[in-house]
Amino acid sequence: MSEVTVTQMSAPRSSMRIDGVLLALFVGAVVLWFAPANMGRYGTYVLSLWLVTSVAVMGLNLTLGIAGLKSLAQAAFMGIGAYTTALLTTKVGMGWLPAFAISGALCFAVGLVLGFPALRVKAHYLAFVTLAFSSLIWLVLRNEQWLTGGVFGLYNIPRPTLLGIRLDGALVFHRFVVVVTLVLALLLWWLIRSPWGRAFLALRENPVRAASLGINIRAYTLLAFAIGSSYAGFAGALYAPLVEFIDPSPFALSASFFLLLMVVAGGSGYQLGPFVGALLGVVLPEWLRFTGGLYLIIFAAIVIALLIACPQGVLGLMERGWLAAKRLSGMSAKR
Amino acid sequence: MAEFIAYLIAGLATGAIYALAAIGFTLVWQTSQTINFAQGEFVMLPAIFVLIAVKLLGLPIWAGALIGIAAFILLFGWGFKLLLVDPMIRHGVLPLAIATMSLSIIMKEGAKDGYSAEAQKFPSLIPAETLSFMGVSISLQHIAIIGVACIAIGGLQWFVTQTKIGRQMQASAQNPGVALILGIPVAQMVLLTFLINAALAALASILISPIYLAKFSNGEVIGLFAFIAAIVGGFNQVRGALAGGLIVGVIDSLAAAYISTSYRLAVPLVLLVVIILVKPEGLFGRPEERRI
Amino acid sequence: MNFCMTRCTSVIAAAMACLAIATPAIAQEKLKLINVVELSGAGATAGTNWKNGIDLAVADINAKGGILGRQIEIIHYDTQTNPGNTRAAVQRAIDEGTYAVLGPVFSGPIGASMQIAQRAEIAQLVGGEAAGLTRQGNPYLFRTSLSQAAAMPKIAAYLQKEVKAKNIAVVWVNNDFGKGGRDAILPELAKLGITVGADVSTEQGQADFAADAIKVKNANVDAVFVYLNEEESARFLSAAKQQGVGKPMIGETTLLGSKVISLAGDAANGVRGHVGLSIDAPIPAFQEFGRKFQANYNYASDHNGLKGYMAVSMIKWGTEKQKSFDKKGLADTLRGATIRPSDEPGIMITTKIEQNGDLDRESFLAEVIDGKQIIKGTLPMLNP
Repeated sequence: MSEVTVTQMSAPRSSMRIDGVLLALFVGAVVLWFAPANMGRYGTYVLSLWLVTSVAVMGLNLTLGIAGLKSLAQAAFMGIGAYTTALLTTKVGMGWLPAFAISGALCFAVGLVLGFPALRVKAHYLAFVTLAFSSLIWLVLRNEQWLTGGVFGLYNIPRPTLLGIRLDGALVFHRFVVVVTLVLALLLWWLIRSPWGRAFLALRENPVRAASLGINIRAYTLLAFAIGSSYAGFAGALYAPLVEFIDPSPFALSASFFLLLMVVAGGSGYQLGPFVGALLGVVLPEWLRFTGGLYLIIFAAIVIALLIACPQGVLGLMERGWLAAKRLSGMSAKR
Repeated sequence: MAEFIAYLIAGLATGAIYALAAIGFTLVWQTSQTINFAQGEFVMLPAIFVLIAVKLLGLPIWAGALIGIAAFILLFGWGFKLLLVDPMIRHGVLPLAIATMSLSIIMKEGAKDGYSAEAQKFPSLIPAETLSFMGVSISLQHIAIIGVACIAIGGLQWFVTQTKIGRQMQASAQNPGVALILGIPVAQMVLLTFLINAALAALASILISPIYLAKFSNGEVIGLFAFIAAIVGGFNQVRGALAGGLIVGVIDSLAAAYISTSYRLAVPLVLLVVIILVKPEGLFGRPEERRI
Repeated sequence: MNFCMTRCTSVIAAAMACLAIATPAIAQEKLKLINVVELSGAGATAGTNWKNGIDLAVADINAKGGILGRQIEIIHYDTQTNPGNTRAAVQRAIDEGTYAVLGPVFSGPIGASMQIAQRAEIAQLVGGEAAGLTRQGNPYLFRTSLSQAAAMPKIAAYLQKEVKAKNIAVVWVNNDFGKGGRDAILPELAKLGITVGADVSTEQGQADFAADAIKVKNANVDAVFVYLNEEESARFLSAAKQQGVGKPMIGETTLLGSKVISLAGDAANGVRGHVGLSIDAPIPAFQEFGRKFQANYNYASDHNGLKGYMAVSMIKWGTEKQKSFDKKGLADTLRGATIRPSDEPGIMITTKIEQNGDLDRESFLAEVIDGKQIIKGTLPMLNP
């Protein structure tokens, strides 16, 4: 199998940086395991919501940041995952773990079906096709009351009971979310390091050249899109028991725009980017709550400022700072 | 039959608004690769500016309208290009598109927090009368909208094809590199398109706010339909955006009439997907070459 | 000696009396009430009115000495009309030790969050009108207005007797409020043999109602029942006038409210319907409230302002009745109670609270004439 060497995000520097990612993930997980000890249920809820959002943004980071596909459907996939889990656990009485797996698998399948025709179009048009798909899914969720509860939503979604332990309480459910997020992040880390991951990067940089080197563009594009969408499904499967109630509103088109903003703000293409982006999108509004309605404007202004200064987002900015610091301290910069 | 005509005219009126928004959207995309996701808010905000000029500065309506529109064109024509597009165009299309998404949030929330979260009445230049024609009630305001939009678009088409500046604009859009070599001031042409976009958006705003009421959330639906209209009609031609707007407006109206109203929005969306998959350059557009 | 003892005793008695008065004053803390409400998003108009009504009530009560001597401290949290945020905000309110939960107003967020107060056994007073809220066996939920289930039979009866309509169009907004109302009125119409010639759903935030108006016009109905939120109601009335629909427009409180009248202008004249709460009702307390609200906030209150004011008054009455600040006891006291204006002027109108949290009250029939809401009749309580 031909290997594509891409100079930008992978190769020598990458092995050191990705190990850094692994370290950060594990350290972060430990910190977050203990973090809510002094927070009330509300603070714990915000942390859990941040992690769940990070999972969805991770998926979009794969689709957009690594494979270069402009998808505006991520929130719709999250909705599909959330409703699947909610319906399976409440109406059918299935356990959470199989429901979680089915949600991810269903989103993977729908991603394939949507991607098959959609990914043939030129770059910006994909954004509009996924935009249309997102709105259509929302319409179905809203109108088909017999299935989804329509505008009234689904109530009393149970939190899982795994290995005999009831995960109802805020703290114990939060720790469960930490574990699941860690597992999903590690899976993604492994995927990006693998030859598949390098193929995805080649797609982003220059699809035509990648094709000339023997990469099956269609297959890899579909794969990246489907995996990214399945992550949104996983996020939805966590969202439903976290909030214990879902209706179509968190999965509307504007939510897809928000997820996109979070990917870019955190650092599109960086593996830890989603966590930073979700922090800006979920936790920052809480800190800025005292400003009233202004926090949305502040968030949007931060995104614009970041984009002008450094389109690689916060992590890109940090990387530049790190490189500048190394140069200043006299060490040679690695290429 | 009378019923069908009523739906048709209502659809043409809203379609004319979508056309005005779509044309600006297309022009801006053509000349500077900017996908302006804030286009809907561009149509919402001028009315708010006018209301601010009238209510907070205490000006009479005509002065408030002039000042509001002038301020808008300055800020979101010239200011938009200078502060947002120029610094970011070197980073590529996607960051700029995302920047416009952020801009739309700022405009929307700014209108909400800065002025009012509630809908406001907006004065109309045209009396709210209805004509009766062959058993169909036609609102004078709707006719005025169709008329003004046609005049504006016709004027724009004449400008772009018959005047020197207009042809220079076209050249800058089609091939900026060659245009530069030929001595065309490309940067100024690009600025001109942004100003025209802002002006068209302001016109659309003044036309619809009397009917829709001025509210910060008006931009959401208009923006979505502007995108659909631009893509369905065709990106490369002004008349493509006009046709796209009218088609989308009429289809929306007929969908409400003859298909379930809860799925009304689905019809234009499905049309969008079909056009993108089958004829991506739009119904009236020219196929674009691929650049490698 | 007698004189000395008397003096000593009186000094000691005086000192003890001073201590007795001083100690509660030092230990006097504020009574915390948290209002979880929509201050932005789709529910902003309703939520802001509710909040202002609450603030007025708190100011009035505090000026008169508070509840059982304790001043009320009121805090407002914005849910952005997002059910997930609402849940989190209610949770936070309970974490922060609120005595009772006020709000939300929109029915969807209420449904999403009411189990939290229920689990904490704290009374929650809401502004929502969806019928389903009180059908879930939550003994801690209390309404501040009539539910859709109570209002719709009255409207159906009005359509049959006064409007004499045999076939009507139902125009409703496709959210929990509008759909709930439509689902509540359809069976009532069927019971009375009134057919539905057009069942028109519209989107929340919809601006263009031309097509919907044309549809209604061509449906050959005798009357149109309009169940939309405020701004959409105004837009629909204008569109209906433009298209020359020409049939009676019947509504429920919102359609006849001052916001709709001011936005729709001429198009609102002739609108008729049922009104649960209104500052124009022939009840002096309502009108007095309306004046106070206008003076404080420079615009006319809608029914949500009244609901907010009454919510705080209900809490005050319940606390004074149980003579303590027991949170669970407050809910137990309110359930099944009848609050009269003679006992608690803040309630403004005799209100009976059912066991499931529904309210039973008088209500009104109104018509919009010349840009003002005029009350035409009063409907009695169901079970006085």
